[in-house]
Amino acid sequence: MDTEPVAPADEARTVAAAAAAAATTEAVARANPLRDPRDKRLPRVAGPCVLVLFGVTGDLAKRKLLPAIYDLGNRGLLPPGFSLVGFARRDWQDQDFAQLTHDAIKEHARTPFREEVWKQLREGIHFVPGEFADDGAFDALAMALKEIDETRGTGGNYAFYLSVPPKFFPKVVEQLRRTGLADAPEGSWRRVVIEKPFGHDLKSAQDLNAITSAVFPESSVFRIDHYLGKETVQNILALRFANNLFEPIWNRGYVDHAQITMAEDIGIGGRAGYYDGIGAARDVIQNHLLQLLALVAMEDPTSFDANALRREKEKVLKALRLPQDLALGTARGAYTAGWQGGEPVVGYLEEDGIPADSITETYAAVKLEIANRRWAGVPFYLRTGKRLGRRVTEVAVVFQRAPHLPFSKDDIEILGQNALVIRVQPDEGITVRFGSKVPGTAMEVRDVSMDFAYGESFLESSPEAYERLLLDVLIGDPPLFPHQREVELSWRILDPIERFWASQGQPEGYAAGTWGPASADNMMARDGRVWRRL
Amino acid sequence: MTSFMLAGTNASKISSQLTMLRHQMGAPAVGMVLTLVAICDESNQYDAVRAATDAAREHPSRIVVVIARSREEPIRLDAELRIGESAPGETILLRLYGDLTRHAESVVSPLLLPDTPVVAWWPGECPQVPAKDPIGLLAQRRITDARASADSVKAIMSRSRGYVPGDTDLAWTRITPWRSLLATAFDQPVGTVESGVVEGSPGHASAPLLAAWLSERLDAPIEIAESEGPGLTSVRLATSAGDVSVTRSDSRLATLVRPGQPDRRVALARRPTSELLAEELRRLDPDDLYGAAIRHLAD
Repeated sequence: MDTEPVAPADEARTVAAAAAAAATTEAVARANPLRDPRDKRLPRVAGPCVLVLFGVTGDLAKRKLLPAIYDLGNRGLLPPGFSLVGFARRDWQDQDFAQLTHDAIKEHARTPFREEVWKQLREGIHFVPGEFADDGAFDALAMALKEIDETRGTGGNYAFYLSVPPKFFPKVVEQLRRTGLADAPEGSWRRVVIEKPFGHDLKSAQDLNAITSAVFPESSVFRIDHYLGKETVQNILALRFANNLFEPIWNRGYVDHAQITMAEDIGIGGRAGYYDGIGAARDVIQNHLLQLLALVAMEDPTSFDANALRREKEKVLKALRLPQDLALGTARGAYTAGWQGGEPVVGYLEEDGIPADSITETYAAVKLEIANRRWAGVPFYLRTGKRLGRRVTEVAVVFQRAPHLPFSKDDIEILGQNALVIRVQPDEGITVRFGSKVPGTAMEVRDVSMDFAYGESFLESSPEAYERLLLDVLIGDPPLFPHQREVELSWRILDPIERFWASQGQPEGYAAGTWGPASADNMMARDGRVWRRL
Repeated sequence: MTSFMLAGTNASKISSQLTMLRHQMGAPAVGMVLTLVAICDESNQYDAVRAATDAAREHPSRIVVVIARSREEPIRLDAELRIGESAPGETILLRLYGDLTRHAESVVSPLLLPDTPVVAWWPGECPQVPAKDPIGLLAQRRITDARASADSVKAIMSRSRGYVPGDTDLAWTRITPWRSLLATAFDQPVGTVESGVVEGSPGHASAPLLAAWLSERLDAPIEIAESEGPGLTSVRLATSAGDVSVTRSDSRLATLVRPGQPDRRVALARRPTSELLAEELRRLDPDDLYGAAIRHLAD
């Protein structure tokens, strides 16, 4: 063929896509003649393995984990022989756990229910009853796993998912050590997956880490921050590093400030026991918001492998500086009774299980600066809260005003600052806000929005964060999991703030359904800025 | 779904009508990532539109369906525009009469979305060299379907003669789950493959293609045998360590057998055209492995 048709430049491929496709490396291709780095149709599939789930009756397991496992199976991403072992304090047989899984899938799975996928999954479902303190139960678990290796060919590869409160970690990890389940024989692997919270301050985070690291090497510990599994969050990397449009202005020369928000419209619900004493900052800022900040502010990594990515994130976290005066650079609040979306709701102190003298905050806002050449003098405002106006998570990079505006003052009265907004959830996408002339004879300039909706240009429904993260655990691909160093750095930021707050008595109230306490607005006003109205 | 008929029209009228419909619905034409041109006839256009609309849920596209009508009629172009609330993107059905049937590209070209990829798809019979077809020339990806040919096996065997990078055939897409499963089976060392057999229903184009791929990758002779189907039913590979096989008799659940390991059942369902198309649209760069497989098949 000499006349290869000239096609318009193939721009559909992005750096991110190329990075995602790099799953089949040269080394893999050499070992397996059927794999080829150019073969982009073949998906990344984990090797044969068992997922052991502690805490199967929990809400997370039912709503997220079990459905995510099914969705992976439905997409053909689970290896043949994949087995799922449930462990809980229930007098159950395999079929009871299978029934629970079946129901969870039917109710919560993202992809349609298919009998053949369920059959494949069902064959690998096992249940081991017992308590964490019961040696016999763990011996039974070890036996069961050995048997599964023989009947299902899973080759001694186990991932232990601890979907249980952290206070049980020491017991479970110790049991895994005692039964030898934590030690991988040559040619196989053992991994442990833990969920946030990773402690409630630096000290407890280190203690918690000491427990797991005494038994599992750091490379086998997967800390799940499900925000990092979200497509939109990973897209921050594509947006910044696959394009030439944004990077030149992504610095103090053009950016005025950034606002990172995670707002929830719900209250604490049934989580009183966990939430009181923890509060919004520990619950959300320490992990989700600081991770978002790191991704938005970091320098370009040399590659997308775990080490390079984590190194850049750590650099940013290390460069974070707290406000001089914590009273002026932070704000906190607790919701009071009010109206939320048309319904009357109670205040935080009236919630079941919350003591009337609780000083826990349900709203937290922090102003941070990054001491490096790119960001010096650009504040990053982080805020999160419960019972706010609506549920939204976004990162807004707000740009400086044009240095000179050749318009009369009246023409640009309502012109705001340019902004680039990454909408993390819901309605994932990117908005760019800029000024535009209002049609008419006058030169009136007003803000308009240009919108990219994720759901519109790509998948009808993107894979759930847990699908991606579970797959990465089974494959052993760590870039999307925070390293212990990142966890500790985040606590170093938050600990002084928490200590200061603890000395300040009860937080300021804000009516449910509004956008937080007045002190948060004042904090912005002192800098001559305002929170984005969301 | 809003639908609009234009009789005796031209490309520019279609364009302005589309703009008007979009404004009426308050939906700006953002987010569409590609133009999919389906070259059909009246008998297969319904299925093609349905599959393309389903695939557009994953890849919002402008779908342009070109239907050639009688050449004996006077020159005339009828268009049907569909903009749905249920599916993203928009569909344009073009019916061409008279000499215009030979100049379809003159209508299609102004209707392509600017600065985005173009994919041509022949759900039925396709030209000998898709890349030299006037519509194929507009596209950087060209999708054919050997199964639509009267003699599917012959069609897939001869694909390499007209092959230009950017071509693929749905017969190749159909075997992706099989290839994925077989690749998984080889992730742990198995030993050298000495020979093998691929079984499928008679006249199934995917069987020789899968055999060609295996033979090319494993450098071993792979035979093709007939079975009662449906579709592909099994792959057996004789290795120095024993047989590796995948068997599927009910077109849904397969059994994977590896030496020294227990048999395992794996979901391996046949997929509808919409899913095949969605897979095709995921990658818009040339598929070198398809090229290698059809070349090997022709040798």
